[in-house]
Amino acid sequence: MDEQSVIEARDFTKKFGSFTAVDSISFTVAKGEIFGFLGANGAGKTTAMKMLTGLLTPTSGQARVAGFDVWHEADKIKRNIGYMSQKFSLYNDLTVVENMTLFGGIYGMSMPEIKDKAAQVIDKLAIKSFKDRLVASLPLGFKQKLAFSVAIFHRPQIVFLDEPTGGVDPVTRRQFWEMIYAAAENGITPFVTTHYMDEAEYCHRVSVMVEGKIMALDTPAALKARYDCKNMGEVFLKLARNPG
Amino acid sequence: MVEFNHITKKYGPVTGVQGVSFKVNPGELFGLIGPDGAGKTTLFRMLTTLLLPDEGSLSMAGKDVVQDYRFVRSNVGYMPGTFSLYQDLTVAENLNFFATLFGTTVAANYALIEDIYRQIEPYKTRRAGDLSGGMKQKLALSCALIHRPLVLVLDEPTTGVDAVSRKEFWEMLKRLQAGGLTILVSTAYMDEATLCDRVALIQEGRIMQLDTPEQVISGFSRPLYAVKGERIHRLLEFLRQLPQVVSAQPFGDSIHLTLVAEHCLPEVQASILQERPDAVTEAITPTIEDCFMDLMPATHG
Repeated sequence: MDEQSVIEARDFTKKFGSFTAVDSISFTVAKGEIFGFLGANGAGKTTAMKMLTGLLTPTSGQARVAGFDVWHEADKIKRNIGYMSQKFSLYNDLTVVENMTLFGGIYGMSMPEIKDKAAQVIDKLAIKSFKDRLVASLPLGFKQKLAFSVAIFHRPQIVFLDEPTGGVDPVTRRQFWEMIYAAAENGITPFVTTHYMDEAEYCHRVSVMVEGKIMALDTPAALKARYDCKNMGEVFLKLARNPG
Repeated sequence: MVEFNHITKKYGPVTGVQGVSFKVNPGELFGLIGPDGAGKTTLFRMLTTLLLPDEGSLSMAGKDVVQDYRFVRSNVGYMPGTFSLYQDLTVAENLNFFATLFGTTVAANYALIEDIYRQIEPYKTRRAGDLSGGMKQKLALSCALIHRPLVLVLDEPTTGVDAVSRKEFWEMLKRLQAGGLTILVSTAYMDEATLCDRVALIQEGRIMQLDTPEQVISGFSRPLYAVKGERIHRLLEFLRQLPQVVSAQPFGDSIHLTLVAEHCLPEVQASILQERPDAVTEAITPTIEDCFMDLMPATHG
């Protein structure tokens, strides 16, 4: 595996019975690159992400994630990645600090390390007055920003973000993307799915999955030029309009 | 057709909605536009008799929603934000069940749902729990329509739905509206606002603005410019440190800019070209999202 790539998949495939959810996809993601993983509902994104994060065993093909093999080193992959989604990110019935302590502990950080890092996050998000409140009581915008901070708390090589900004207000959505950029500049590779097509433009490279296959993979500028489209929304409509 | 009058709803110490008033005209496609937690679901649950308001009154077709809840229940079609049909009944069983519940039959109102139901009819013996997201949505919409309601209430029908399916869903709503139905729909996708006849922009339990999308846009107070260039993030940092710039926000492949005064434009353009000879700056019409962000309280975030 190339030293500068953090994900490398070759002929990566998952079948459920006779249905091929992920059909022989091959791609690499470079360190520090913001990688957009797009596709219509049911195109196979979630299945592919589950395999990349070590939650699901592939049917065939190869992939190395954070330098580890998905077939034999799923546990090591899990230790070296972060994950957040719109649906699940933090425990609502724990406080802000308790959540950080729990996730830091799961990822094997020491107590002094956790305390130090927690102080940094609280300071950066300006949420000192919230630190001992239950996560359930936080406004959604704060929750999502906090969830992202917790997902990269242990300085993973890659952070998987599954529709992280769904339903979030437009100001927070943009603040969230600034956090993604900052993480990428610190060498953490964001791997992002989104249904907001403006967000596809913020990615360094974007792949579009259609019926289990990667139909296109390039920079937003190159994709727009190739398909003669004004924006990524048009590119997506052109590629992803499937019969389902 | 629907009227909210100074409606307030609190959940313990938390305010769900605060003093909300608006009317929806017969045959109108009315949108509640706002992020999660803005109060959209609370308003819809009160309208559909599932929650009681703490203060204020609301009516549907001239009938008080609290007093005449039976009338409302038989004349409103409600599609909640989470899939709420019976997972272990088949497609056809779910539809029959809801028709029977409202004292009608699928055959009697088939014409109304035909356009939508035809797309899932090949799977009518499949259990609802085994359907894909898009098919679940079509079944839920069919079930919400099967008793031929006066008002259709759709709570975030396109959340988590991809751009292609969202477009198709709105085409479906337009066809239903053309048939005379009054539709209330909520969404967190700002771009969907332009597909409604009128919209209420809602945030933290209050309506910030209510008008046609065109009027909302023309109400944007300052000239707006778009700067297009490579490496948006770097360009954004550069623009934000210019003294003439009030706000610079990323919008896909461009940055939307407002300035302290219109006459600053040439200076700003000169600075931009010095930094980025390839960047293009032009005056643009705001989108609903620009308007929403402009209306949001400055303390936010």
